[in-house]
Amino acid sequence: MEIYVLLKRTFDTEEAIQLENGKIEEDGAEFIINPYDEYAVEEAIRVRDAQGGVVTVLTVGPEDADKELRTALAMGADKAVRISIEDDVEEADHFSVSEVLAGYLKEQDVDLIIAGNVAVDGGSGQVAPRVAQLLDIPYVTTITKLEIDGTDAVVTRDSEGDTEVIKTSLPLLVTAQQGLNEPRYPSLPGIMKAKKKPLEELDLSDLDLDEDELAPRLETVERFLPPNKAAGKVLEGEIATQVEELAALLRNEAKVV
Amino acid sequence: MSKALVLAESRDGNLRNVSFEAIAAAKLVADEVVVALIGENVAKDAAQLATRGANQVLVVEDARLLHYTPDGYGQVFMQLIDRVSPDVLVFGHTSLGKDLSPKIAAKLEAGLISDVTSIEGSGADALFIRPIYSGKAFEKVKVTEGKTLFTVRPNNIEPLAEGSSDGSIEAVTVELKDLRTIVSEVVRKATGGVDLSEAKIIVAGGRGVKSADGFAPLQELADLLGGAVGASRGACDADYCDYALQIGQTGKVVTPDLYIACGISGAIQHLAGMSNAKVIVAINKDPEANIFSVADYGIVGDLFDVVPLLTAEFKKMLVH
Repeated sequence: MEIYVLLKRTFDTEEAIQLENGKIEEDGAEFIINPYDEYAVEEAIRVRDAQGGVVTVLTVGPEDADKELRTALAMGADKAVRISIEDDVEEADHFSVSEVLAGYLKEQDVDLIIAGNVAVDGGSGQVAPRVAQLLDIPYVTTITKLEIDGTDAVVTRDSEGDTEVIKTSLPLLVTAQQGLNEPRYPSLPGIMKAKKKPLEELDLSDLDLDEDELAPRLETVERFLPPNKAAGKVLEGEIATQVEELAALLRNEAKVV
Repeated sequence: MSKALVLAESRDGNLRNVSFEAIAAAKLVADEVVVALIGENVAKDAAQLATRGANQVLVVEDARLLHYTPDGYGQVFMQLIDRVSPDVLVFGHTSLGKDLSPKIAAKLEAGLISDVTSIEGSGADALFIRPIYSGKAFEKVKVTEGKTLFTVRPNNIEPLAEGSSDGSIEAVTVELKDLRTIVSEVVRKATGGVDLSEAKIIVAGGRGVKSADGFAPLQELADLLGGAVGASRGACDADYCDYALQIGQTGKVVTPDLYIACGISGAIQHLAGMSNAKVIVAINKDPEANIFSVADYGIVGDLFDVVPLLTAEFKKMLVH
């Protein structure tokens, strides 16, 4: 089975965000595999171990992302592919990135694509469903369970707390929700092996894609930080009095109850 | 005359508030608003939409549309787009909207602005504001090419009152071909019926609730106020509750009117998911807990003392 994981390198969720000339300050920040993509890597490895096949992790991004690809290889993925577009497409948006990913995947034999359901930086969750549409394959987002039998798949998905069981078939794209699995940590032998696993770097000229067709549809004109909240009121006195005061404040001052 | 097509949504047989908010958002950027109402036995809701800002409501009913599937709704929506020729397409930033809108955007080779919390300006010059890094920062986005597609975050855009429009209602027949994903079973989770992302009031628990049973007093308070229960990652990881309740940078990002954090320390990832709530109350034994730094009101105390007292106090208050 040919399994592809769509992976994004993101800011560590521990990081506070600072702006420098209207851009997110990246100097000194820690980067990680997008947490939802870790579930995707783990699930891909499990499916491969059960069904046989090859897991390829795929990302669009600059050379820095090799670190996160190596981490996925150390977890147990077999191959990595990084498509570098930053020299050709300025300020790529979801449209650009999904066209690039689909452009690559169209040329491969694909049985299963797994991605995170959302990236914790941009927070749009668009790229994976877009890729499925461009490849004209079915997709199921925010999944918590994946069962594959031949080319049939039964997928359990979380829909705002409801659980849906969905029958579908391969080739298929799914996106991982929390609860799908518990991602493993790379083992030391895994890390050693990862250094020798293939990591291919491609650019648009390798993909038969024209930069003019990838021009972003959106432009970010400004980034800003939310206003700092003024320090709140910590109540004092007997607990019962505090509770009375709080209820009255919520009712009369904040007017939210 | 610019036109918008808005996808309305129901949950448990009722129109979702976010649909009215989506209509109001569409009105900000387009002259005329057409609303699509899709499902099985949904026509009863058309009249309400027609008074809340819609100039026209298109109703598509089919037994195969009882459950949302990307193929089913995608086919219907693309046919409605052909019919209406909208310049603007608006969805709720809901499970359904998040799933369907990227498919439509890909088909239209268009951009899509997800999770919009406010709009500046109007028409083709509109700027869309949305959170990034789960609300640690925001960005202002404009459309540079193609149609304008966006999803609106629940609870952020003021909906239009009843009587704002007197729209027409039309039943539309569409063609449905094979659906490649079939929903074979839906298990509803009993979380008091109020969805976390749309709840006006959220009572959330952290490690301090100590057990699954520890959520009971929180649920009682939430039920009384017509709100929903949420949780921090700590509580979910400790198996006190389901991951569906998790609020934070992983998990849901919420903007209720009132957020009551009980026994939550306030890790940066959790704050990202809730610090844009309008009013925040923190209840925590530890006076140094980080959650107090974003709270409007704080009580230093044991949640198991404070929460039941608060419930009793609101009960008294709501009777009068």
